[in-house]
Amino acid sequence: MFDKYLIVDDSLRATADGFAFDARLGYYRGLGLSMVEDLVVTIDDEPVAREAIRFDETGGGAPLTLDEMETNYDRQWNFGAVATISVIASEPLAPGAHSLTLSEKLRVSYLPFPAMNSDAKTLEVAA
Amino acid sequence: MPSTIKRGVSLYSFQEELFLRQMTVEDAIAFAASIGATGIEVLPEQNMPSFPNVSDAEVAWWKDTVAKHGCELSCYDMFLDTKIRKDRPMTDEEQVASIRRDLELCHRLGIRSMRILVFVRPEILEKCVPYAEALDVHMGVEVHAPWHLEHAWILRTIDTADRLGTKHLGILPDMGIFMKHYPPVFRARFERQGARPEVAQFIVDSHEAKIMAEYTIYEVAVKMGGNKAEVAMAETLRHAPYANPKRLAEYAPYFRHIQAKFYEMTPEATDPSISYDEVIPVLAAAEWNGYLSSEYEGNRWIQDVEPVDSREQVRRQHTMFERLIGATTTAS
Repeated sequence: MFDKYLIVDDSLRATADGFAFDARLGYYRGLGLSMVEDLVVTIDDEPVAREAIRFDETGGGAPLTLDEMETNYDRQWNFGAVATISVIASEPLAPGAHSLTLSEKLRVSYLPFPAMNSDAKTLEVAA
Repeated sequence: MPSTIKRGVSLYSFQEELFLRQMTVEDAIAFAASIGATGIEVLPEQNMPSFPNVSDAEVAWWKDTVAKHGCELSCYDMFLDTKIRKDRPMTDEEQVASIRRDLELCHRLGIRSMRILVFVRPEILEKCVPYAEALDVHMGVEVHAPWHLEHAWILRTIDTADRLGTKHLGILPDMGIFMKHYPPVFRARFERQGARPEVAQFIVDSHEAKIMAEYTIYEVAVKMGGNKAEVAMAETLRHAPYANPKRLAEYAPYFRHIQAKFYEMTPEATDPSISYDEVIPVLAAAEWNGYLSSEYEGNRWIQDVEPVDSREQVRRQHTMFERLIGATTTAS
């Protein structure tokens, strides 16, 4: 329902050990972090290892691995709220244009199957 | 005299603008008031970021804000995370505790109608009835397509309410069950995704003829060699029922609130898909006078090609409601 808005425009940036971008939850309400089953990221058509992904909806300072999210029953990704997804790699992402995809697999209790939401954007990393 | 059916709006209708922070909740309430709607339906898990720990000050803000605009809170849409844990489903006791938490917040907000998700089991709701009665909140199981008023699953809730003799358990119809014509916005999006016009027309014609979905899906998927968009369009027929609006009269004692689902309104303020012109006279004749609460769900069908204007869509639906309600006559 909100696929095209998952990856926040102009939010891709290099970090000391990889890159980060901002994202929204593709759902019409907020959801507890334990129900975010997976966040699948690709950069320039290369898949990112699940273990390399960190998630933080707090505005900084409390990143979680995807495994840690699975048993977090206190925090939630609110409706329309922008969270930061970081990827730990061997070096900072190079400046220039990069193709980025994000898929969110959500465990929505009333659906018979997991909800899958996906977005793909080409974003520029500033030099 | 004309019916006293009330007009309301669910905040669900503005999900596009609320999600993108292009509108605030108060903008939505003020808009609803501006078109003469008086009931505001809320989704606490969408509209109250502090949920479930909503403070007394926040509760007061909601009550004061709707009152300031001459409105009231009409309905509380609950959710139930039975799959909150990956390793096991919620126990029955945990489910009852979660619903009780919602009933209490609903009561604090001064709301007397709660939308219960259709998948909640009747035996769970039975255990919640004493709390709903004590707090004077009506629990209405959402009758949402592809379920319909006389689906066996829905009848289990009716049977439970009858057996308990309670006025606090019933149903809450979503008007998506009265899809008389296939929505043009559905068709247009599937065509943009690659459905051939002649295959799309076949699907629309099949829906118009009320052919059971599985026949059409097989025709499209196998005999016509349907592509991904065509098969997906055919599969929407599984969730596109046209139930008999006359049945609303019989079930009127079991519902206090209606979710007035719609996907698109024409500039002439008509709904090309859902048969409100048949529904509203039945409700009037039954002397039903709860809220018709707008639930615009068209954003997801058009956002790939045009800006979404939820306010204009809701405004047009209310123009239609005024026209149809004004034309009714009640028995007494």
